[in-house]
Amino acid sequence: MTTSGEKSITIALMDPPYESGTTTTALRIMDTALRKGISVNVFAYEGAVNLTMRGQAPHPNPVKGTSIEEQDHPSTAKFIAGLFTLGADSPKLEWVNCGLCVDERGAGEWIDGPRRGGPGDLFKFSQESTNTLIIGTR
Amino acid sequence: MADYVLIESRDPFEYSDTGYFYEVAADLSKAGNNVTFFLVQNGVLTARKGISNRAVDKLQKAAPGVKVLADEFSLRERAIIGGKLASGVTSSDVDELVDLLAVSSVKAIWH
Repeated sequence: MTTSGEKSITIALMDPPYESGTTTTALRIMDTALRKGISVNVFAYEGAVNLTMRGQAPHPNPVKGTSIEEQDHPSTAKFIAGLFTLGADSPKLEWVNCGLCVDERGAGEWIDGPRRGGPGDLFKFSQESTNTLIIGTR
Repeated sequence: MADYVLIESRDPFEYSDTGYFYEVAADLSKAGNNVTFFLVQNGVLTARKGISNRAVDKLQKAAPGVKVLADEFSLRERAIIGGKLASGVTSSDVDELVDLLAVSSVKAIWH
């Protein structure tokens, strides 16, 4: 959470990884905000709780003929881990995965950074943020 | 009068409900609000020059005050570069979108 006077944006995200361009756009918004010194709060729910799964495996690219190492596939978990590096202190990245959504999907093994929460966290985030963007799915 | 940022990520040729979102933008503007309409992802497909019956044209005819921006990253991914961008649409980026979102009085809506 930010202190008074600092800017922060709250984003609610619903899309699972590798489903639509929305995930990429949302991650671009978070990355840009953090690089501008704006803190970011994320409430991930439904399929989006899978974005931070630690075990996401990279893959080679048969089109380009590249190996796993050469391809260096940007999994969502790896991307978000980078965001946590950017948002380690000030600006700060806070990421809450909806607990019920996690349990439904057995999706509880995350990278370091996210914490478990619920809709109350989204309400608190939005109350304390400069602005809130709710990104629904279809 | 309020400030609105409407973010359209969907292609009007795929989702008919985008029409309602364009209408919301027009109505908000006609009611005296400042409206920025930000196209991203497949939402930028309507920004290609030469498209007939273009949603953006209708929006700008109904509400000339709406500022229409299109994400440059999304445009490049869809080969809408150089002279391919339709008139009335300004190439923008997520950097500008974040600046718009980082204002407490702005009401942001994603579709």
